Amino acid sequence: MLGTCGASASEIRPQDAAAQGAARDARIVSIGGAVTEILFALGVGDKVVAVDQTSQFPAAARALPQVGYARALSPEGVLSAGPSLIIAIEGAGPKSTLDVLKAASVPVVIVPEVHTPEGVVEKIRAIAKAVGEDARGRALADAVRADFAAVEAAVTALPTRPKAVFVLAASGGSATVGGTGTSADAMLRLAGATNAMASVHGYKPAVDEAAMAADPDAVVVMKGSGQELPPETIFALPAFMGTPAARDRRHVAMWGSYLLGFGPRTPQAVLDLARALHPGARLADLPPRAWADGQ
Amino acid sequence: MSAAPVPGTLEMAPSGAADRARPVKAGLILFALLAIVAFLGAIAIGPLSIAPGRVLAVIADAVWGEGASLTGAALRERVVVMDVRLPRAMLGALVGAGTAVAGAIMQGVFRNALADPGLVGIAPGAGLAAVAWVVFGGAVAHLLPLGLQGLGLSLAAFAGGLLTTLVIARLATRGGQTSVATLLFAGLALGALASAGTGVMVFIASEQQTREFLFWTMGSLGGATWLKAALAAPFVFALVALSPFLARGLDAMALGEAEAFHVGIDVNRLKRICVVAVAAGVGAAVAAAGVVAFIGLMVPHLARLVIGPGHRALLPAAALLGAAVVLGADILARMIAAPAELPLGVVTALIGAPFFLWLLMGRRAFAG
Repeated sequence: MLGTCGASASEIRPQDAAAQGAARDARIVSIGGAVTEILFALGVGDKVVAVDQTSQFPAAARALPQVGYARALSPEGVLSAGPSLIIAIEGAGPKSTLDVLKAASVPVVIVPEVHTPEGVVEKIRAIAKAVGEDARGRALADAVRADFAAVEAAVTALPTRPKAVFVLAASGGSATVGGTGTSADAMLRLAGATNAMASVHGYKPAVDEAAMAADPDAVVVMKGSGQELPPETIFALPAFMGTPAARDRRHVAMWGSYLLGFGPRTPQAVLDLARALHPGARLADLPPRAWADGQ
Repeated sequence: MSAAPVPGTLEMAPSGAADRARPVKAGLILFALLAIVAFLGAIAIGPLSIAPGRVLAVIADAVWGEGASLTGAALRERVVVMDVRLPRAMLGALVGAGTAVAGAIMQGVFRNALADPGLVGIAPGAGLAAVAWVVFGGAVAHLLPLGLQGLGLSLAAFAGGLLTTLVIARLATRGGQTSVATLLFAGLALGALASAGTGVMVFIASEQQTREFLFWTMGSLGGATWLKAALAAPFVFALVALSPFLARGLDAMALGEAEAFHVGIDVNRLKRICVVAVAAGVGAAVAAAGVVAFIGLMVPHLARLVIGPGHRALLPAAALLGAAVVLGADILARMIAAPAELPLGVVTALIGAPFFLWLLMGRRAFAG
């Protein structure tokens, strides 16, 4: 019942993953918040038997056994979930663990991580193929692509491009901000803002004066998991004193996995972020989507 | 030998009477049994529950079986026992034995109960090289032979630790004399320099690279493979095999360097051999498993409590007990948060730090 096929290790090819995943008794270990969201959106959430620690949505995913941090997976831990298929976001590992999983002839599908709308569509396509749900995958991909297009059209029409900064952490009085190449940077641009800290690469502690000079109109932070940075903390930082963001108390808090996940809920997240960054602008709602409901 | 206790050092001088009073042989047998039990536990216990009898059958089948191609659950059990638990237990035993012996040797060389292998810069040096590999290694990985490409981080850490220690030893040696005090200060200074370099690397590193490095610093046997265990083995075996030849010298050193010199020990040579052997042995352990905290400090003390300070028994005892403690801690690391796993260094520190405090609270005459 754990092993799903009669082939030996050497006969397993990645392509066979689809055939295996389609089996009624597929047991999927899902590594990556977006991967888990897509699996549930495809209606195969009940096949997921374990997830990584970034899989926080939907609520049902939080009740599943956790195999830990995606880059430090324990081979026996993953195998103890009895998986017939492992779907992991790019960067999951370490390699020694993936080697062991391969040796145990458990197919591992690696999903590329690209912080663009097309990247999300590509994730959906790859995951749908892996679980043998191509038709539902096409429907989901079409819906997500349409949502992205609708938000993009609305955002493009906005007259202003406010400057925003994403603050990941603020320990010891200095802010760690999201520079270019981060998913936060991609989200700010999708939401019709410019990244005030685009001169930084990756998530870096910002020099107070540089942050001040960047003169952001708004500060975006992550909500939840006990690390929320309230406006009082953010605007007490020297980096943001005297900036328009502090003056207008423009502080946007969104759930981390929602804001940065680049999964099927990302169009909704872009819309929410755009509304928060362009107060007063009228942006139309997206059609209701089952996979974007709930907390 | 009239062994008046030296103020400011642990009672480490071997006094014949005390040694006779201690159950040395019984202690060694006890530690050997503990190591064997821990090893068996390490291959019998894991998040994937396999009955102990099944584990033995799987091993027997893998070694003597006809090599029939397995599938499903049987294949999974084979892989978990042969490719995950066995190499991991081997590596754990090597890491524990090597680190603990090295700790005992360092405490002898420095004549200080608080000495541990970290004093001669292995951990900071290895750390700097490891983080440099995490950040820049991707660009040079293709230069390694194919089979070793996955081991870049380990090889870098090994080279970094060894190099740092050799530089420290070189700095501390003048005119053939190796000064223990200079060794200590050079270790401190180079350690600080390496940590600063690590800080620079962490600043350059991406969020993921930083986390990868952070996990490395907490120590883990998670990436254990047969190849890793085989690469670490010669260095640890060399250290353990060398230790009986160091015992007499370290015993004499406990009385004082001058006293050791007068009983015919080439003190400077002894110190250099010890530092290099420790650097190679611990370097290999750190390279394979990251920094496993407190083993080098705690295990020699624990062994000394049972079998006394004589190095002839202490060094093998530390090796056996080190293997047992690391294997035991690794079982906890794998089981507590299963199917995820805790970093091993966190578990050893959680056990080690309170133990150390308890020791300090006067369980034993102790002055650092």
